[in-house]
Amino acid sequence: MTRYVMVADLRRCVGCQTCTAACRHANATPPGVQWRRVLDLEIGEYPDVQRVFVPTGCQHCSDPPCVAACPSTATRQRADGIVTIDYDICIGCLYCALACPYDARSKIDEPLYAYGEEPTASEQTRFDPRTIGVAQKCTFCVDVIDAGVAAGLTPGKDRAATPACANACISGALTFGDIDDPDSAVSRLLRENKYFQMHEDAGTGPGFYYLWDKEALPL
Amino acid sequence: MKTSIATGPWPKLQRHWDIRAACNFIGGGTGTGLILGAAAAAAAGQTFAPALLAGLVFVACGLTMVLLEIGRPWRAFNVFFHPQTSWMTREGVVALPLFGCGGLALVLHWADGPQLIVQALTVLTAVTACGFLYCQARILRAAKGIPAWREASLTPFMLSTGATEGTGILAALAATGLAPSWAPAAALVFGLVRVAAWRHYGKGLKAAGVPGASLTALERIGPMFLLVGHGAAFLLLAAPAASPEFAFLPAIGGLLLATTGWWAKQTIVMKAAITRGFSIPRTPVRGSGTSRVVTKPNWKTEAA
Repeated sequence: MTRYVMVADLRRCVGCQTCTAACRHANATPPGVQWRRVLDLEIGEYPDVQRVFVPTGCQHCSDPPCVAACPSTATRQRADGIVTIDYDICIGCLYCALACPYDARSKIDEPLYAYGEEPTASEQTRFDPRTIGVAQKCTFCVDVIDAGVAAGLTPGKDRAATPACANACISGALTFGDIDDPDSAVSRLLRENKYFQMHEDAGTGPGFYYLWDKEALPL
Repeated sequence: MKTSIATGPWPKLQRHWDIRAACNFIGGGTGTGLILGAAAAAAAGQTFAPALLAGLVFVACGLTMVLLEIGRPWRAFNVFFHPQTSWMTREGVVALPLFGCGGLALVLHWADGPQLIVQALTVLTAVTACGFLYCQARILRAAKGIPAWREASLTPFMLSTGATEGTGILAALAATGLAPSWAPAAALVFGLVRVAAWRHYGKGLKAAGVPGASLTALERIGPMFLLVGHGAAFLLLAAPAASPEFAFLPAIGGLLLATTGWWAKQTIVMKAAITRGFSIPRTPVRGSGTSRVVTKPNWKTEAA
C-alpha cells in the first residue's frame, strides 16, 4: 500500500513562507486563501518566549472527518490517503470546513486575482473556475503526483512528482513521501526523530508529522 | 468584495456558518415542536391543522435558508448522496417523508378525508420530525472542528429547545383558539426540561475545556436566557392560574420561550462556533535550547 504524508521539521522551518508562495503559484489560489500556511506562533511569556514556525494545511487524515461529514460525497479519500474534493459535485455547504479540526478549508463566492480584476498569465493558466462557491483546500498537488507516478517517478524523491511546497522549501523542512515505504525519506525521518501530530486527541490520524527533536541517543 | 489600499482586493472568504445556517436549526427545532403538538392534538381529536401547517412552514423556511447559504444551490440535490455517514444527508432524507406525510395529512383533513388516516399521518409526521431534529443535533455533534458542538450534552439541549420553542408557539396559537388549551402546560414542561439541558450543556463545556471564546459567548447570554426565557416565561404561562383575566399572558410566555431558544441557537451556531485553533504540544529543539511543553492557547482547561 501507499500512504502519502508530509513531514515538517520544526527545527528547520524559518517561516519564510516560500512554500506558501509556491503553493499559491502552483494552484492559483485567490488572495486570502492559503492551502499551505505557515503559522508564526509565540510560545511562552515575556521574557521567556520562543517563536515557532508551523507549516500547516489539510492534514490528509487517515480518518478524515470532512469525508464523513460531506453530504454530497464531493470530499473523498483515495487509496493513497490523499483527501480530494470533486468541485463538480460539491454544493458549497461548508460543513466539511466545520468538521475539519485544522482550519484547512475555505470557500469564496467570486473569482479574484492577485493583482485585481484581471488574472496574471500564471493565474489565467492555472485558476480553476470550478472552485468558486465550493470548498477548497490543499490537494497535495495530486495532479502532479498522479502524472509523476504515471511516468514512473517516485513522489517525494523525484521533484516532478512532488508537491510544490515541498519542492520549494528552502531549508529542507518539508519532506513528502510514502510512509508505508520503509526506505522513503519520510519513513527514515520519523524513525530517527521525535515527532507529534497536531490535535492527536481528535482521532483523525493526520498525515502531517512535525519533527521537534532527535531520538534520545542510546546509553 | 472588500478593497483596501494596504491589502488590495480581497474576496469574501467563508470559513463558518452564518445566520442562514442558524435559521435552519431554528426552523427545524420550532417546526418539530409544533408538529409534535399537532400530533398530540390530532390524536386527541382536537384542533391540529394550524399547528401542523405552521410546523411544516417553519421547517421549510429553515431549509430554504440553507439553500440560500450553499455556494451551488442548483446542486442541492447532491445533498442526498451520502447517507452512510453524513448527518446532513440524513437530515435531507428524513425531510422527504416529513413533508410528504404532513402535506398529505393536511390535504386529507381539509378534504374531509378519513379521520383515522389523518391522525395516523399526523403522528407519522411527528415521528419523522423527531428524526429530522435528531439529525440536526447530530450535524453539530459531528463537526470535529468545533469543540463547543462536540459536547455530547448539546444533543439533549437541541432536542429540548426544539420541543420548547414549538410548544411555545403552540401556546401562542392556543390563545387565539388555533391550538388546544393544554399547549401552555406542555410548553412549561418542555421549558423545565430545557433549563436542565442548558445547565447540563454548560457543565459539559466547562469540563471539556472548550475554547474560552465559546464559553464567553454562551455565558454572556446565560443569565438573560434563564431569567427571561424561562423564569419570566414560566410566570406568564402560569398566570391564568392566578386570575382568568391573565388568559392572554401564556401567549407572550410561549413567544418568550420560542424567541429565547432561537437566540440560544443563533449563539451556539454562530458565536460559540470557535474552531479548535492551532496548537502544538511541544516546541522544537533548536541549537542548545530545549523543548517545552505547550498548553492549548486560549483554551480554558478549568471551570470558568
